[in-house]
Amino acid sequence: MSNNLIEVTNLKKYFPIKKGVFRSTIGHVKAVDDVTFSIEKGKVLGLVGESGCGKSTLGRTILRLLPPTSGEVKFEGENIFEVDKKMMNQLRTKMQIIFQDPYSSLNPRLPIYDIIGEAMLQHKIAANKAEMREKVIEVMSKCELFPEQASRYPHQFSGGQRQRVCIARALAVNPEFIICDEAVSALDVSIQSQIINLLKDMQEDMGLTYLFISHDLSVVRFISDDVGVMYLGQIVEMGSKGKIFDNPLHPYTEALMSAAPSFDPKSRNTRKRIILEGDIPSPANPPSGCRFHTRCIYAKDVCSTDIPEYMEIEKDHFCMCHKVNGVF
Amino acid sequence: MDKNTVLEVKNLKTYFHIEDNIIKAVDDVSFYVLKGETLGIVGESGCGKSVSCMSIVKLIETPPGKYEDGEILFNDRDMLKISDRELRSIRGNDISFIFQEPMTSLNPVFKVGEQLSETMILHRGMTKKEAHEESINLLNRVRIPNPERIINDYPFALSGGMRQRVMIAMALACEPKLLIADEPTTALDVTIQAQVLELMNELKNEIDTSIIFITHDLGVISEMCDRVMVMYAGKVAEVANVETIFGDPKHPYTIGLINSKPDLNTEATRLNVIPGNVPDLNNMPTGCPFHPRCTHALPICSSQYPDEIILSAGHVVSCWLYSSDINDGGSV
Repeated sequence: MSNNLIEVTNLKKYFPIKKGVFRSTIGHVKAVDDVTFSIEKGKVLGLVGESGCGKSTLGRTILRLLPPTSGEVKFEGENIFEVDKKMMNQLRTKMQIIFQDPYSSLNPRLPIYDIIGEAMLQHKIAANKAEMREKVIEVMSKCELFPEQASRYPHQFSGGQRQRVCIARALAVNPEFIICDEAVSALDVSIQSQIINLLKDMQEDMGLTYLFISHDLSVVRFISDDVGVMYLGQIVEMGSKGKIFDNPLHPYTEALMSAAPSFDPKSRNTRKRIILEGDIPSPANPPSGCRFHTRCIYAKDVCSTDIPEYMEIEKDHFCMCHKVNGVF
Repeated sequence: MDKNTVLEVKNLKTYFHIEDNIIKAVDDVSFYVLKGETLGIVGESGCGKSVSCMSIVKLIETPPGKYEDGEILFNDRDMLKISDRELRSIRGNDISFIFQEPMTSLNPVFKVGEQLSETMILHRGMTKKEAHEESINLLNRVRIPNPERIINDYPFALSGGMRQRVMIAMALACEPKLLIADEPTTALDVTIQAQVLELMNELKNEIDTSIIFITHDLGVISEMCDRVMVMYAGKVAEVANVETIFGDPKHPYTIGLINSKPDLNTEATRLNVIPGNVPDLNNMPTGCPFHPRCTHALPICSSQYPDEIILSAGHVVSCWLYSSDINDGGSV
């Protein structure tokens, strides 16, 4: 039996573009287009890509927060798009999400007790309010929050503390799988490192599985076991982080790595940099063939006509590129 | 003022009076910018990096803001003392700004070309027609494709990277002596950020302007700047050239900041952390504002703010650890 907690197969999520009085559909934004991957239990998959590449939509579709267009997502072998409402409710406790902005993802009218405890009561993890309070304090102390803060409201917390509350809320229902959707991007550098350490400790202590979505390559390198690179709705390269960071195959991954500013001021004149031309194309009207060909420095004629195959180049290292696949 | 110095800020204090509180956003800050150099100002949110730069051309709304004390010397004149009329002739002409979010700094109801022309008509006395042609030129220089078409577009029709290019074109329209870039690439994607940074460096060499580059991203600092000023809670913690800041930082906050960011090129198992939170400007710690979070804090740190200590030429740090009164130049 495979050890995969999450298996995503040919997942697609299209958003219709509507126009006119009758709101007829004139096209689709292909936010996630035929994505296949799996995450082993207890591992962290980092997902990188630029804005609009569909990484957040992918995360939300995996949790069934958005209905898919086609494809399947299996959680512990169970296809989550086919289970009934009752079963889905149970599965919800196992899958949690932490959002980017801790200012908009906490209800300003609820005290921290209720924010963290609400789901415990709903899912019968705590039988009554007294037990809920006890458990809330417990999970808060795990996230390095103080018990006396439990009766406060979100506006009384700083950004970093709010993100701790969000993490506590996600952990409250004893999940197995957490999606961190840009969970540290809105925080200051010194606070960011505190939260990253906390997420990593929780993952190691509780054996959690993460899908860590971020545009920050250095953070992804730090926290992930495997890394997937997305471009315009597709995963163009995936492999262990060592392979992705030290031996990137796809031209987009290569450009992304070289574009990230380095900490070594001495290397700035000697480092090889690939500066991509142009902007990211619109996902409503993606380029034909390989979607990256309009910005790729290696592109040949075949790239604009044929869609490259998503191939396993070496063991557990997948890439979607004609050049790497040996077409030219 | 040395003739190589473009701008000199001395003991600037910009406070905000809100209700009965005084918020010391910029508290006794001094720095200078040399001709043709890029000075980076780095710090976390609320450290006063934007307020100190907006004070240079008096862009702070008064009240609630108030320039309590200090001098800002530009062209041998004190910016805090000159008339509004003179100030207007400097803003956008000798000193120009690029802000973080280009969508909010471009006017949504005017075409790109009209906004670009405005500065040139105002400061360079061009006619509408000349300004129009010059606008196309400028857009070409910031590598915008089809400038003839883009000039008639409204800002919403452009992507984030394009808008930031328009902002850069606008800022460079009058070939300023000083360009203040406040988090210009923070809202952009990595690959677009790389394009914009490269463009800024090229243009800087072309027109020989000085740049103040404000950012919270140490990576961008290391790519762009010649000298770096690290700010914390309205004060200057450390100033040095860029190699020294990354190679031999001295202030415990600078060290913490550099260590807390994972490096793209190395593996680590755990991040170093600066404990605690960024202080509330409303309720500032006494003495050195960093002392509650500092692992090397001495008894004196909580009562008295340290003097500036010159460690070597151009390397200045405000920390008791290096004061000869306390010890003989200890190390962190």
